[in-house]
Parts: sequence; C-alpha cells; structure tokens
Amino acid sequence: MFAYIVRRTLATIPVMAVVALFVFSLLYIAPGDPAAVIAGDQATPQDVERIRESLGLDRPYLVRFSAWLWDILRGDLGVSIFTNLPVSTMIQQRIEPTLSLMIVTLILAISIAVPMGVVAAWKQGTMIDRAVMAFAVLGFSVPVFVVGYLLAYYFALEWDLLPVQGYTPFSQGFWPWLENLILPAIALGSVYIALIARITRATMLEVLQQDYIRTARAKGVGQRSILFLHALKNAAVPIVTVIGIGIALLIGGAVVTESVFAIPGLGRLTVDAILRRDYPVIQGVVLLFSFVYVLVNLAIDLAYTLFDPRIRY
Amino acid sequence: MHRRHLLAGATAAAGGAALPRFAIAQPAQARTVKYVPHANPGNIDPFTNTAFVARDHAFLVYDQLYGMNDRFEPVPQMVQGHVVENGGLLWRFTLREGLKFHDGTPVRGRDCIASIKRWGRRDAFGQELMARVADMTEESDRVFAIRLNRPFPKMIEAFSKVTTSCLFVMPERLANVDPFQNITEAVGSGPYRFVANEWVPGSRLAYAKNPDYVPVPNGTPSMTAGPKVAHFDRVEWHIIADQATAAAALQSGEIDWWEQPTADLFPLFLRGANARNIGVGIINNSGLIGIFRPNHVTAPFDNPAVRRAVLTAINQVDFMTAVIGETGIEGRPNLRREGIGYFAPESPSASTVGLDRLKKSVDAARSELQAAGAMGAKLVLLNATDLASINAATLVGADLFRRMGFNVDLVSTDWGTLVARRASRNPLDQGGWSGFFTFWSGVDHWNPASHASIRGHGANAWPGWPTIPAIEQQRNAWFDAPDEAAAKAATTEMQRIAFEEVPYVPTGMYYQPTAYRRNLTGMLKGQPPLFWNLRRA
Repeated sequence: MFAYIVRRTLATIPVMAVVALFVFSLLYIAPGDPAAVIAGDQATPQDVERIRESLGLDRPYLVRFSAWLWDILRGDLGVSIFTNLPVSTMIQQRIEPTLSLMIVTLILAISIAVPMGVVAAWKQGTMIDRAVMAFAVLGFSVPVFVVGYLLAYYFALEWDLLPVQGYTPFSQGFWPWLENLILPAIALGSVYIALIARITRATMLEVLQQDYIRTARAKGVGQRSILFLHALKNAAVPIVTVIGIGIALLIGGAVVTESVFAIPGLGRLTVDAILRRDYPVIQGVVLLFSFVYVLVNLAIDLAYTLFDPRIRY
Repeated sequence: MHRRHLLAGATAAAGGAALPRFAIAQPAQARTVKYVPHANPGNIDPFTNTAFVARDHAFLVYDQLYGMNDRFEPVPQMVQGHVVENGGLLWRFTLREGLKFHDGTPVRGRDCIASIKRWGRRDAFGQELMARVADMTEESDRVFAIRLNRPFPKMIEAFSKVTTSCLFVMPERLANVDPFQNITEAVGSGPYRFVANEWVPGSRLAYAKNPDYVPVPNGTPSMTAGPKVAHFDRVEWHIIADQATAAAALQSGEIDWWEQPTADLFPLFLRGANARNIGVGIINNSGLIGIFRPNHVTAPFDNPAVRRAVLTAINQVDFMTAVIGETGIEGRPNLRREGIGYFAPESPSASTVGLDRLKKSVDAARSELQAAGAMGAKLVLLNATDLASINAATLVGADLFRRMGFNVDLVSTDWGTLVARRASRNPLDQGGWSGFFTFWSGVDHWNPASHASIRGHGANAWPGWPTIPAIEQQRNAWFDAPDEAAAKAATTEMQRIAFEEVPYVPTGMYYQPTAYRRNLTGMLKGQPPLFWNLRRA
C-alpha cells in the first residue's frame, strides 16, 4: 500500500509537467496582450512595447517557459501582472472561500443524495422513486446560475432568511461563515446531488438483486440494516468514484457559483485573470486545480480499499 | 432590522456567548458605507492604471493640488495659492499647512514635483505641460516653483482635471518609481487611507477615515473641490461582477450604493422604490459618449468619403436606445441624448458646427458609398460582448453597416482580446480590423487635452491612427489660447475639421444612473463617485 502511494505520488510529477506545458502553451497562443490592457488608451505603441519588455513578454517561447518552470520548481508562482502581488498570496487569499464552498457542498450533496438514491432503489417504481428521478433530471437540466438566482430571490429577498452574497471567514464565527454558504452550496450541489442520487439508485438496484441480500432478508435482518449496512457498503465503490469525478464538476461550477453569489474564491480569481490576460495568475490557479484533481483521484483510489477488502495495491 | 438579523440575534441570545459581538456590530455597520464600483480596479496605481475605477479609488486615498467644482472650475485644494510671474514663465505654488501623508510624513514641495513628473510621463495633458517645463524646484518644504520655456495658460486646468490620469500627490519615494511600473502601495494624503491588508484583488477594497486629514477651511463641497469631510469611519468597495446579484444585494440592504446598474434594472428599482428604499439618480452630469472608431490605415475607412458616409447614415437615438433603453428616471425622463458632436455638449468646447452632417439617411449613405467605390466592401467589426453597452452599440452598428451595403464580418470577443487585436495595423486578411464601438466619459471630451480619440497624430494616435495635421494644429492653438474666446475658436475649428475628416463617428450620449439606499445623503454630483460629505440619515 505504502509503495503504491509513493508510486502514485511520483506519477503526479509527469502529469503536472504535462499540465504545465499545456497551460503555458495555451496562454502563449491565446489572443490578447496584457501590455496593451495595462498601457491604457492614451499610450503610444512605444509605451506598449516598453511595458511588454518590462514584463518579459517579448522573449521567445522557450526562454519564457523555462524561466517560468524554473520558478515553479522553486515554489515561486510569480507575480500578478496587474496587482503586482505574488500569485501565491492571491491564491492564499482566495483558497478559504472556495475550499469552504466545496466542503459544504460535498457534505450537503452526499448527505442528501445518498439517502435519496437508497430510498429510490428501495421503493423502485413507486411515486417516491419517480419523484427522486424527476428531481435528478431537474438537477441536471437547470443551470447553476438559475438555481442560484431563484434561491437568492426567495431566501434572501422575499423571506430575508439568508444573505444574498459575500463570504465571511470561518475565523469570524461558525454561523456567519455558514449562512453565506448555504445558498451557494445548494445551487452548486444541485447537479452533484442529481448525479450521486442516480448512481446510488442504479448501483443499489443491482446490489439488492444479489443472493446475499436475499439471504439476509431470509435471516430476518431489518430493512434498515440491509439497505445501509449490507447493500450500501457493497454499492459504495461506484458511488465514491462518481463523487471523485464530481470534484471536477464542483471546480467548474464554483466559477459560476462564486460569480452569482460574489464569493471571493479561486473561481472568480480565474475569470478575472483570464479577462485581463494576467498570465501568472491563470497559470498558478490552473496548476493548483490540476494538482488538487490528481490528489483527489489518488484519495478515491485509496478509499476503495476501505469499502472493498478484495482490492489491494 | 432584518429578519435574518433577528434570527441571528435569537440564536446568539440562546447561545449567550455571541451576544456582545452582535450588540457592537450594529453601530460599526452604520459607520461603514458599502459600495459596488462599476469594475475591479486591479492595479491601484493611479498613474499607470488609466481605468476610471482606479481614479475613483485614488480620489479616496490621494489629494490634488487643485480640485474642480461642478461648474468645472479649478479651486485650490492642497495649495494655499499660487503666483504667476515673468510673463507666465514662472509659477510658484504654496502648500497649505498641516498636510500629512498616511505614513505620517509631511507633504512637501518635492513630493509634488515628483508626482507631477510621474504624472507628466503618462497623461496627455501632463505631457503637454512637461514639454514646456524648464525645471521644477523646491524652494522650501511648502513652496515649489515651475519654470517654463513657453507659457502654459492651462496649468491649473491640467492640475485639477478629473479624468484619467488625474494629478494625485504621493510621497516622493513612490512618485520616483518608473511611470511604466505599477506602484503597489497606496499612500496619499486624502480623506481616507487604504487598508492594504484587507485588499482582496477582484473582491474587496477597504478604506479607513484619515484622522489627520485637514480639509480646506472654507468653501462648499462641490465635486472634487471644497472641504472633503469624511462622515463615515470606513468605506468598503465590494466587487460584484454579476448585475442580478448586485441588484439583490442593494435591495436587501447588504450594500448601500451601486455605481452603475444596467438599464433593464431601473424599472425594478423604481417599482420597488418605496418598499425597498432605493433611490436612482444621476451624479455624472457629463454623461457617457459613444463613438465608432474606424481604422484609418486599412480599406475601406482609409478613404475619408467612406467615413463621411457613416456619418450620413448614423442615427444616434438608435444606438443610445439599445444601450440605455427608453425608460427615464425621476428628474431625467430621457437618459439618451442625440446631436452629439466632437465635444461634450455641456463643455465650453462644444459647438453645433458640422452637426448637420448627421443626416440619419441610409439611402443617402448608400449613394455616398457607391460614389466612393466602397459598396460591398468588407468590414471586420470588433465587438466586446463582455461589456453590455459596447455589445449593444456594436449590434446596432453591424445592422446599419449591412443596410448601407458593407459586407460585415462581426468578430465577437472579449474586451481583453479586442484591445490586443486593435493594436494590429495589418490588412484585414492578416488579422487587421476595420472598426469598433466604444464609450468615453463626457469629461474625456471636455476639452482637447484629454480627448484622445479626436487626435490626428498618426502612428502615435489611439488605435485607428488618423493622420489629421489640421486637428493637431488646432489642439496646439487651444493649449496656447490666452483666453476663453481663443480656446473656443480652436475647439470649434477642431470640430469642423473632424466632421470633414472623421477621426471617429459620434454615436450619441447617455446618462448613467446610480442606485443607492435612500438613507444615504450628501452624495456629491460629479464625475468620480465621491465619499466625502456622504452620510447616513
């Protein structure tokens, strides 16, 4: 197991190298010139060229790439072209809101979706099952921003129960922190809930047909134990896989959700950086997201051993 | 009190421990004004960042040698006064007593000189001044002198300008930074100090009242002139990119002031004004002026006759209706304005010369285009779809150009890409472009000094690169004008030439309303949104 973890961790290095090359190349060929944006409307072509030189944007591709890679290897993500703040500082400022949003969304989604899927499978073909499936279809179909606006309208404006926007750091108290995250987490989690609920239902239906479930029933094991101890544990591997894949959904969805609820997270930072062509920030954030995704996949692989003792690495 | 505050209070009371924090939170909230600007400042250097939002930030933090009242007259602000000697070649300025930067150091003549030098490298008005400066010297801590090679009657006008880049005074150590490098500190001597450790770029900027600020002892607050008395202890800027979210935050009372709501939201605010306590008004009376910028170095707009054909076709009302709609607000039933020439209509530079060229006739324009041999010519029209007003104007323009007989290739992209692409002087088949629509503030078109889009200095001009020496000649005449009559003659002539040579096509003007909680009072009229004199009723 330990050897597997070391092997997988080492395998992230070439993956990250490819990601780095891809991100850098993509930005290199993308249209846009931060020097022109910085220079403003009254600048002469000479002014723009001077800014370009000072930012090192006039250097050849390979020189720029190797300089950037060398800095990355030393743990230096560079400095924002626009704010002149270190990219690591900007990421540090933004990581708590995004992490909080993702954690609350994960907890909310799993705690709603898994029981929903289990119950739908148990009550297959009934109104409950159909209602769960209808909810899943809605969750897939309605865009995150529409759910977000509807929630904000009713819960914040009409009923005045929760704030419309913003983020309060955890250090300022649990409730202020949580109240800003409830609506965004529901909005962001709607697709996630739908996805997990459907997979849970499908897997549970398969497991509930197995002989050992029939045996358990014959032995007089209670329905709750059958569903949550015997069946769910055996259905867990595909569910955990989907939860892991869904982290990518969350990262993508966070960009929209953070915009709708004005949460100062990494999603907003990415969008702003792209609009301004703030290359070091874009590169830093995309690298971070890729790294997180690689780690999540590793964690999911390791989690399989908890649910299925037959899996060994 | 909001229902959720009541719930929070009940929870706190049940828990006990959180009660004191809740009890003291209310007055602090009342002493803070929360504002949503129209954009994210990004970089906080008021000289290198020419965006209006950077200027608005700077007016909180920095002070100016001269302010400008809402009649656009310069008024001493940091200076006690000045004397002009030697036939206008020597200007001596004396600073007011007691001026201090936020780092505790006194404001001295050398700080002003260094600030003027830095500003003079980046700003067009400043560049004109610096071209005539022989030297600048500090005669004592509070006195500095500027010696000129040639008289510059517009000196005070330049120092008090409210459009970017304004002359803000910063400590010498910051002003000495290369004008093409951003400064990362915001240390001024203005009524609010920047709380750097609370700055989250793209999300929040915070300002605390400057207890050492010494307001001008007399006069009335008017735009950037007069006593700048801060009534709020704290100003917070919240960057909310999503319009619907900003609207909801204003309605729920989470923010106090939203600078630029989009037109489609006014009915919502007006309908719910009583219930939600929201006011909608105009503070920027100089408006926003739309333009179509043709590329003078590529066909077909390298031909003045083709540019004039666009003038013939254009109906400014169509463009402004698309941008701001037909709904007005209380006190200004029509937010659109047509008959806009090459200067802001309220400015002393404005005239009606040449306005008869705006014939609103597509048929006449087609004939002109035919005569110019450009019927069916290809246009590559750039559109920044991430900016609502530009997108609306461009879509109207694309339709008009098609009706005129052009073959329009509409390139929809974002502003960042547009800015990069418009720097290309290549032909259309090599990544070039034919034109784009954009907006300038009315104060940018107030006089020739800050009017970048009318200039005709070829390769150094704003993208589009018109070469119109006659306009440059009149611009120089304006700088040298000894009196208002001579200045007016120069701008009138500039407009006449512009309607012939068409450096750009004016597409009309609109007034941008601002939305705020009705309990905010003392909001000053003017170009930058201002936070002094503002208080909560």
